[in-house]
Amino acid sequence: MAGKTLYDKLWEDHLVAENDDGSALIYIDRQLLHEVTSPQAFEGLRIAGRKPRRLEANLATPDHNVPTTDRTNGIADPVSRIQVQTLDDNCDTYGVTEFKMDDIRQGIVHIVGPEQGYTLPGLTMVCGDSHTATHGAFGAMAFGVGTSEVEHVLATQCLRQKKMKNMLVRVDGELGTGVTAKDVVLAVIGEIGTAGGNGHAIEFAGSAIESLSMEGRMTICNMAIEAGARVGLVAVDDKTIEYVKGRPFAPKGEQWDMAVEAWKDLHSDADAEFDRVVELKAEDIIPQVTWGTSPEMVKPVNGNIPNPEKESNPVKKEGIERALQYMDLKADTPITSIPLDKVFIGSCTNARIEDLREAAAVAKGRKVSPSIKQAMVVPGSGLVKEQAEAEGLHTIFTEAGFEWREPGCSMCLAMNADRLESGEHCASTSNRNFEGRQGQGGRTHLVSPAMAAAAAVHGHFVDVRELELDKELAKVSEVH
Amino acid sequence: MEAFTQHTGLVVPLDRSNVDTDAIIPKQFLKSIKRTGFGPNLFDEWRYLDHGEPGMDNSKRPLNPDFVMNKERYQGASILLARENFGCGSSREHAPWALEDYGIKAVIAPSFADIFFNNCFKNGILPIILDHTTMDTLFEQTEANEGFKLDIDLDKQTITMPNGDVISFDVEPDRKHSLYNGLDDIGITLQQEDAIAEYEAERSKRAPWLFSS
Repeated sequence: MAGKTLYDKLWEDHLVAENDDGSALIYIDRQLLHEVTSPQAFEGLRIAGRKPRRLEANLATPDHNVPTTDRTNGIADPVSRIQVQTLDDNCDTYGVTEFKMDDIRQGIVHIVGPEQGYTLPGLTMVCGDSHTATHGAFGAMAFGVGTSEVEHVLATQCLRQKKMKNMLVRVDGELGTGVTAKDVVLAVIGEIGTAGGNGHAIEFAGSAIESLSMEGRMTICNMAIEAGARVGLVAVDDKTIEYVKGRPFAPKGEQWDMAVEAWKDLHSDADAEFDRVVELKAEDIIPQVTWGTSPEMVKPVNGNIPNPEKESNPVKKEGIERALQYMDLKADTPITSIPLDKVFIGSCTNARIEDLREAAAVAKGRKVSPSIKQAMVVPGSGLVKEQAEAEGLHTIFTEAGFEWREPGCSMCLAMNADRLESGEHCASTSNRNFEGRQGQGGRTHLVSPAMAAAAAVHGHFVDVRELELDKELAKVSEVH
Repeated sequence: MEAFTQHTGLVVPLDRSNVDTDAIIPKQFLKSIKRTGFGPNLFDEWRYLDHGEPGMDNSKRPLNPDFVMNKERYQGASILLARENFGCGSSREHAPWALEDYGIKAVIAPSFADIFFNNCFKNGILPIILDHTTMDTLFEQTEANEGFKLDIDLDKQTITMPNGDVISFDVEPDRKHSLYNGLDDIGITLQQEDAIAEYEAERSKRAPWLFSS
């Protein structure tokens, strides 16, 4: 019999019951809550007269709506204010631990979870947010759910699920200078498409993935959903355990030793069989830039915008034509000629300390191009912000002409005041380039933090590999 | 949740692939703390020519005459045809809430994104997967025949065309059962309380660090 994949192990470990109708009841160890997808879940509990089954299995923080400017006067937008207030009220009423807006630990849920050691290897974890796949970087089965399932987990600590198929994405070799985790995951999405991972849990493996820091692995798993997969995974190794050790919610003492022993099995067996295997060579990956309105519409920075006339599939051809029209771009022109208006460095994909160091290594000693209307850096949490300031990164950014903001989701989805105006092009370290995602009529280009910083400095995309970087910062940020 | 047993309705063809949930219901409407009222803002950025914000009187906003759902012949449609990977992106359940509030009972496409597909079943909407050839036929027939309706029978798992042709579709038994009977999923799970408690007791021995706070 073939061995088990990491996903198989996590699934079996959380199986409460297998039902006759082919569904399974799966135990959910922990849930993250934020203000956008939880109010209706709490309301559902209230209407049904139910209570959260295990309070300690939930951690909340507001992130989508919070302002990234001065917060001393609260939230100006009354609708956003009510939503954040509703989260506060629900958490207070039921006794759920919440890092409120004025707490230094507040931030984007997917940055806060790992930072606090609330995310642990071997867990099942959900959140009413598709980027929950991020936590799979710790060898945890983590996936996004809708609000009905948020309520389901609150009430029962379980979900009715179907087992997914197993996909292995293997990236072997050594990543080149200036090539980051973001470029790897964009290249993967370009390869398999935005629906390529539908119905699958993707395990990312290979020497290039192993060599990544935990931050890099989180960036990769974060965007598994952009390839259609609800679950992204990386096997547990020494880096995982080292990262978790000593964090506030991590096990301590004897329990720590016991946990580490249990976590050592969190990898796919050597003879495990996957339903699909995709292999990429690290050496083939160069910095990536999306040109269109789906993350699969991606090209290397030295490439050209595609020509729909060369596409034989009529649905894809129409998709390219529609995207070119929306993005106001011309076929066969270089990626480096795309005009840019704004730059956004942030989001659950790329707002961890390493991402900020990577961008700072490019920004140091340089200035944002006068043709860029706004360049902003939004740390992923209050603690990331504090750490960055302790390292002096904020000074590097502000001296270069970037705005240094308070933590939150910000312009990734523009639910707060940070957004693109219609027609503006933005170099963004976020995860989605859908129409209107960063503001109605806005045009998003997804890139790594280093590429975004380089674009800010030059006013257009450049190949970050050709820039001289601050050596010290480049070293710590692994942009070697 | 409202049960879905049988439905006959007007069909509207949305001939686009990779329709994401940001397009189905843009982010500014996600600030609502209610489950209802999202219908007027379904596909807001495609449907209207101006920028929509919560609280606007949508009846006074300029409609985009080129958007298929605004065409006179598709008014009152309750079955949506779409292309590959419908509902990709964000997990927002506001997307099926908006479809449901608008009056959509079923979405037919060659494939769906996983989270959206799952969310539909929680809200009385039947997502149906059909092969590309059948989808092409449905798109052609809908566009060629004004007032084109389909009759969907969940129990029999069939779609009947106006000419009497019958298309069969698959649906997982557990999802079918819940949707057909309009069941409360949480209620069903709570019936397995003994199994959950037994699992927790066992897991708290294996992984005590998850149970000690």
